[in-house]
Amino acid sequence: MSVMRRVSMIFKAKANKALDRMEDPRETLDYSYQRQLEMLTQVRRGVADVATSRKRVELQMNSLRQNQNKLEGQAKQALGAGREDLAREALSRKAALQSQLTDLQNQYHSLQADEEKLTVASQRLQAKVEAFRMQKETIKATYTAAEAQSRIGEAVSGISEEMGDVGMAVQRAQDKTAQMQARAGAIDELMASGALDDITGPPRDDIQAELDSVRAGGSIELELQRLKGELGAGSTPAIEGGANSSDGARPAAADRPQAGDGS
Amino acid sequence: MIVRILGEGQLRVDDSASADLNSLDTVLEKAVNAGDEASFRTALNALLDRVRALGTPLAADALEPSDLILPRADAGLDEVRTMMTDEGYIPG
Repeated sequence: MSVMRRVSMIFKAKANKALDRMEDPRETLDYSYQRQLEMLTQVRRGVADVATSRKRVELQMNSLRQNQNKLEGQAKQALGAGREDLAREALSRKAALQSQLTDLQNQYHSLQADEEKLTVASQRLQAKVEAFRMQKETIKATYTAAEAQSRIGEAVSGISEEMGDVGMAVQRAQDKTAQMQARAGAIDELMASGALDDITGPPRDDIQAELDSVRAGGSIELELQRLKGELGAGSTPAIEGGANSSDGARPAAADRPQAGDGS
Repeated sequence: MIVRILGEGQLRVDDSASADLNSLDTVLEKAVNAGDEASFRTALNALLDRVRALGTPLAADALEPSDLILPRADAGLDEVRTMMTDEGYIPG
C-alpha cells in the first residue's frame, strides 16, 4: 500500500481510539487536553535535554581545542630547542585529537538542529493546545453531547496527529541524545582514567617533561660554561692571592688591597 | 487537501496535485519494498520537495487533521518500514 496512505491510516487509527474511549464525547475533550499538556511538558523537557547534551559536547570540544593549542605550543618550543623529533611527536598527537574534534563537531551541529526543530515543534504544539482549549470550552458550553460528537472529531484528530508527530520527534531526539551522552561519558571516563593522558593530559605529559629537561639541560650547559670560564681565567691569581682573594680575576689589582692590608 | 510532513508541519495543497503526488509516492513505495537506500532517499526527497513547492503552510493554531501524512525528510528506510507496519511506533 502507498506510503502516504499507510502512514496516514495509522495516525487516524490512533485518533479514533482516543475518540472511542469516552462515553460522553465532551469527556474526550478534557482527556485529550490533559494529554496535550503532558505532551507539552514532555517536549519542553526534550528541548532541555538536547540543550544539556549540546553544552556537554561544547565543553568537550573546548577541552580538546585547549589540548591542541598546548601541543602546538610545545611543538614550537621543541623546534626552538632544536628538537624536531619532539615537535613532530607533538604535532602528530595534535592531529590525532582532530578526528575526535571533528566527530564532536558533527554531533554538535546535529544536536543544534534537533534543538531548533524541537523548539519550533513545541511552539507549534503550544499554539494548537491553546486553540484546542478555546474550542473545547465553546463546544462544552454550546453543544449537547450528541451535537458535540461531530464537532469534537476534527479538533481531537487534528491535535492527536500533532501529538503523534511531536511525540515521535521527542522520542527520536531523546534516543539520539542518550547515545551521545553515552559517547560523551565514555570520553569523560577515558580522560578521568588517564587512558587518554598520553595524548591529552597534563599529569603524564612526557613531551612537556622532555622539553623541560631540554630547557634545564640548556641552562645547566650555560652554567657549566660560565663556571669553566671563571675557573680558567682565575686559576693563577687564586693560587698567588691567597685564600681571601675573591676578586682574583685581575692579578694586578689583587696585589694592591693585600699591600694596603699589610701597612 | 492537507498534507503533513512529519517533523515539519502541515501544508495545504490543491487537490489537483493528487495525481502528481501519487506517482511520486508509488516510486517511494517501490524503493521501500526493494529496500534500496539510495533510491528510497531520492524518492522521499522528490515527494517532500514537491509538497513543499506546491503547498502553503497551515497556521500554527490550526486544528485540522491531515488527508495525507509523509515521513520526515531524514527518516531512514527501516524507520519508514516500521512506521508502515507497527502501530505502536507512533505515540499518542
